[in-house]
Formats: sequence, structure tokens, C-alpha cells
Amino acid sequence: MTPNADQRKAMYTSIVRSREFDDRILELYFADKMPVFDLGKGLIPGEIHSSHGHEPCAAGTMIHLRPEDTITASHRPHHQAVCRGLDLSKLAAELMGKKTGYCAGKGGHMHIYSQAHNFSCSGIIAEGMGPAAGVALANKMRKQPGIAVSYMGEAAANQGAFHEVMNMAGIYKLPYICVIEDNNWGVSVNKQASTAVARNSDRASAYGVYGEYVEGNDCDAIFEAMARCVERARGGGGSSILEIQTYRLKGHMLGDTMDYVSKQELQGLKDCVVDYRAKLIADGTMTDTEADAIVAEVKQEVDVAIQFGIDSPYPEPDDAFNGLFAGTSR
Amino acid sequence: MSSERILTVARAGREAVMWEMKNDPSVFMLGEDVFTFGGVFGTADGLGEMFGAERILDTPISETGFIGIATGAAMAGMRPIVELAFIDFIGVCFNAIANLAAKHQYLSNGQVKIPMVLMLGAGGGYNNGAQHSQYLLSTLAHMPGMVIVAPSNAYDAKGLMHSAIRSDDFVVYVGQKKVAGIGLLGSPIKTSMAAVPDEPYTIPFGEARVVQEGTDITFVGVSWTVHQCIQAAERLQKQYGLSVEIIDPRTIVPLDREAIFKSVSKTGRLLVADEDYQDFGFTGEVIAGVVERDPTILKSPPIRVANPNVNIPFSRPMEQRVLPTADRIFEATVALLNL
Repeated sequence: MTPNADQRKAMYTSIVRSREFDDRILELYFADKMPVFDLGKGLIPGEIHSSHGHEPCAAGTMIHLRPEDTITASHRPHHQAVCRGLDLSKLAAELMGKKTGYCAGKGGHMHIYSQAHNFSCSGIIAEGMGPAAGVALANKMRKQPGIAVSYMGEAAANQGAFHEVMNMAGIYKLPYICVIEDNNWGVSVNKQASTAVARNSDRASAYGVYGEYVEGNDCDAIFEAMARCVERARGGGGSSILEIQTYRLKGHMLGDTMDYVSKQELQGLKDCVVDYRAKLIADGTMTDTEADAIVAEVKQEVDVAIQFGIDSPYPEPDDAFNGLFAGTSR
Repeated sequence: MSSERILTVARAGREAVMWEMKNDPSVFMLGEDVFTFGGVFGTADGLGEMFGAERILDTPISETGFIGIATGAAMAGMRPIVELAFIDFIGVCFNAIANLAAKHQYLSNGQVKIPMVLMLGAGGGYNNGAQHSQYLLSTLAHMPGMVIVAPSNAYDAKGLMHSAIRSDDFVVYVGQKKVAGIGLLGSPIKTSMAAVPDEPYTIPFGEARVVQEGTDITFVGVSWTVHQCIQAAERLQKQYGLSVEIIDPRTIVPLDREAIFKSVSKTGRLLVADEDYQDFGFTGEVIAGVVERDPTILKSPPIRVANPNVNIPFSRPMEQRVLPTADRIFEATVALLNL
């Protein structure tokens, strides 16, 4: 199944939206943490694992998902949240720790939840897999539609949870897809040094599930591969491991100088947003003017979102004590 | 027509599980050895036959996996009951417990609920060695985001299980293995057996029970140590005419600090007995809760009877030495009061 023109333009819009959002976050992030760089300072405090470079992994997969499907995102969740359609304003506000954010400031960058989008996060790598598989199990038990997809990096496949959950996904034939965004680095450790096989998708055979590797960080190729996994999950064919070759343009986290990456590798990095735009224009799917219009519209949307975050109030200190327990019963 | 039977803790808890499973299709059980084996400690005895493999789901030995999966099922509105045979195993799934199940409700600002019960078998005293005998209740209670219940008797076991399953929060249900009254571990402790109504009933979290009233000293125990307190109190009454009040908090989180304070206000003395490691644990927490509120109400120093912070040795004389037995409670009280 290949994407049609509308789907391709939609994917392009998604990756632009994620990129423009992250560009503004990056700009604001570094604006007020000097002269001595301090993670805890400024409008957007804490670690930020930006999605620069990872955008196609979300755009090419999420386009197949429906409202009743469930997503558990990773510690690098912006592109996953943006492509799922979360509101940029509430997202920006959460990153700033504002009361109007998705979690009223309790979650932050690595803990974004929107129940309306069936979207949650785990900042601990690979540990979003269990909850996603659990939702898939619940849907299967209740004979309800809806599949579940977890996102993580390639280094997360070396966590125990990966083995445990994939094995159970195989046993129970869950409508579940494990999307692995292979950026070749687990913080500073190269995939070759951390992983005994070249492709984590090859591990699928150990769990009796389907596995596929997608090269090129290209929305179209990801779209096609994800279509196969989704069809399998919706049709009762069980789980998949979809590993996608991607890359980090800004390192593990903002402020990472990437001294451990060779010059050659850094110079060879391409920009997936630039490339996809050129590809769609070259094959006549959209014109330069159309692409510019998409970017302009998204920029405006991001401006509004960022301003919303800036203008929003902080929570009261004592709000920290609210909501530890639901306190209700069936 | 209502009738009451005398049940063991395990039977009473299982009765609540059965009722909830019959009446709510969203309740299901998953964990180790539940389907045919009925759980290592009998908590799921016969449920496999009754409800089938889809609702009594055997899992591989993959604790972080199946607790994560249960968390997801709960997020989707199911009410999973997870069987983790030994509390000692929390070491291999602490992330799923503490970073997933216990955090989603709070981090999501209440958008996500985790109506899940985690059943744990805990405690020693039957020569099972250091990795299958721990109580570890305070390790869990130290982390925010979990309700923790620890019934000492059959009546509470059933009521608290109903409350746990119906709760929209993550509840850890700690079953003390010797209190459970199951096969493999000898005769049930008499004071753990209780009259249990046929009908379902709930017990609110955070409400202690006064096991017996007294005027000279307050004993606070948890599950198995409640019975050690009862035995020690009997001997103290018989030999010295001492009047002991015994409080069973029943739920550790939330803790009924009010009931404990009220009792100590009356008796002026406090002994806390706990099977867990003493340092940084439940016993110190209970004492702090009293003296923080009013340091003047104690007529004598508070006493902690717990595991004296050593790993639990296998050999009988050594294990018995480190358990918070009725003998240790008795002796500590005698020494305190110069009886």
C-alpha cells in the first residue's frame, strides 16, 4: 500500500509541524540558560530530547492509526505527540510547567498524557511497551477494535522489558506494534557496541511475531511498512516489530555536543524534512508555493502555541498535593 | 438469607475475587501459576476452572512485562488482579510497580486511572531463606501512589479485597503467607480465622481496627505481627495483669494515624511490631506519627520489634531469632515496664 498525494502532503505537514515546534523549543531553551548552562533554569527547564531527525518515524506510522488506537511514547516524545494530533498549545504549556499544560505541569517533557488521544509516555526506556501491550490485551479480551503502538529507540531493545513484553505479545497474539526508532546511538553508545544483532527487527523470530526494517528515514517507505504491520494487527495476525532507520540531528538531548560521534558521521547527516519536501516537489505532488504555504501556516500555529504557553500561569505550589489518588471506586 | 462461616484469610480473599469476577466482566486475573495451579499460595484456587483461561491468565516468568501489561489493561478500563507469588520478586519489576502503576494517575493529572490490584505473598518463619521470606512492605509504602493493604484476618481479607478491586486506584494487597491459612504451611493461626458473611462488603482504606482494648500499653502490629501481639498480650495479662490495647491498621497506605494516636493518648506507651526490616521502616514511621503530633504523651520510650536489619537466615534458630515473635514482644514489654 503506497501513500496517495493527500497522505503524503499530510505526512509532510506533520513532520514540518513537529520540526517547527522543536525549532522554537530549541531557540527558547538556549535563550535563558546562560551564562552558566543550567538545566533547571529558564522558561523550559529540565532535559529536552528533541525530535529533530526522528519526525518521519511518527508521521509515517501514526497516519495509519485511528482515534480508538493507543500510543505509548518514549522519552523523546514530541514528534510522536505532534503527529498523533495533540494540541500544540497544551504541549508547549506542559513543557514550560504551566497549569494549562496537558498534565497541569505534573508531567513535563518526558511525561505527556492525553487520555483523549489515548496517548501516554514512559520516560524509562522500553517500559512503555508493557502498557501498550496491556491495552492491546484489554481490547482483545473485550473484542473491541483498537490496536496499540509503543515507540522507543533502538537501544531500548536491550532492556529486559523488551524481551518480556515481546514474548507475551507473541504468546497472546496481541494487536500490538513495537516501533523502534533506530538512530544508531543510545546516548553515547553506538548500536554496534550495544546490540549483538545489526537489526532488532530480526529479533521478531524469537518471539513469533512479524519483523521489518525500514531504511532511509523516508515517510513513504515507513508508511508502506507500517501498513503491513497495522493490517496484521487489525486482522488478528498478532504483533510486529517495526524498526526504522533514523538519526538524531541534535544529539541525545539539547546541550549534547556529540563529541563521541565522528566528524564523518556528523557531516553525512541529512535532513529528512528538507529531503521529503524536495522529493514531493520533484515528483509533482506539491509545488514550492504549496510547501511554503504549509510551512507558513504551521509557523503561525506554533507561534500561537508558544505564546499560549508563555502567557499561561504556573500552578500553585500546593497543587503538588492534588491527584495522587483518584479516591473513587466503581 | 445471610449466613456466616469461619474461613481462612486465603478463602475469604478468594471469595471476594470470585464475586467481583462474576459480577464485573472487566475484572480478570493474570500472573504466575494462576490457571491450573491456583497461585503458589492458593489465592486463585479453582478460579481457572470457574472462569477459564482467558480471565485467569497464566503468564511467563516475566514480572516487569506482565505488571506493565496489567497497567495498560487498567488504563484501558479493565480491572486486573495481578498475582506475584512472592513480594521478594519486586526486585525484578520495581519499575513497572513504582514508575508505571504508581505514577500514571499523578503524572497525568488524573486523566489516567489504574484500577489494578497487585497481590503479593510476603513474610517468613518457615525456613524458606533470604530471597523468599521478606516482608518488604515499607519498601513499597515508601513510594507514593499505591494504596497498601495488609489484612490480618479473614473478615478483613474479604472486605479489603472487595474494596481493592472496586477502587479506581492502584492497590497492593499484601498477603502474609502464614496468616493466609493455606496448605503447605501447617495449621491456620486461630486468631486469623474469622466469621465471614456470605454477602460482599467493603472496608474503607485508612480505617484501623481495635483488636482489643486496654489501658497500660498500645501494641501496633501488621498482619502476622497482629497475632504475635495478641499472644504476647495474653501472657502479659495472665502473668502481670497488664492491660494491652492492640491496633491493627489494616491498611498501611493510607495509615490511620488518628486511631493510633488516640490509643497512645490513653495508654501512654507504644510498641510497634513489624516483620519487615526495622531501619527506615514502618515501626519508625508509626512512632514518628505519634511523637510529631505530641511528644509529651509517651510515659516511656517507644519500642520497635522488627527484623533487626539482617538478611533472613535459613536455619531455624537464627530465623526465629530475627522474627518479631510473641516472645520478643513479651520480653521487650517486660523490660520496658520492669515487670
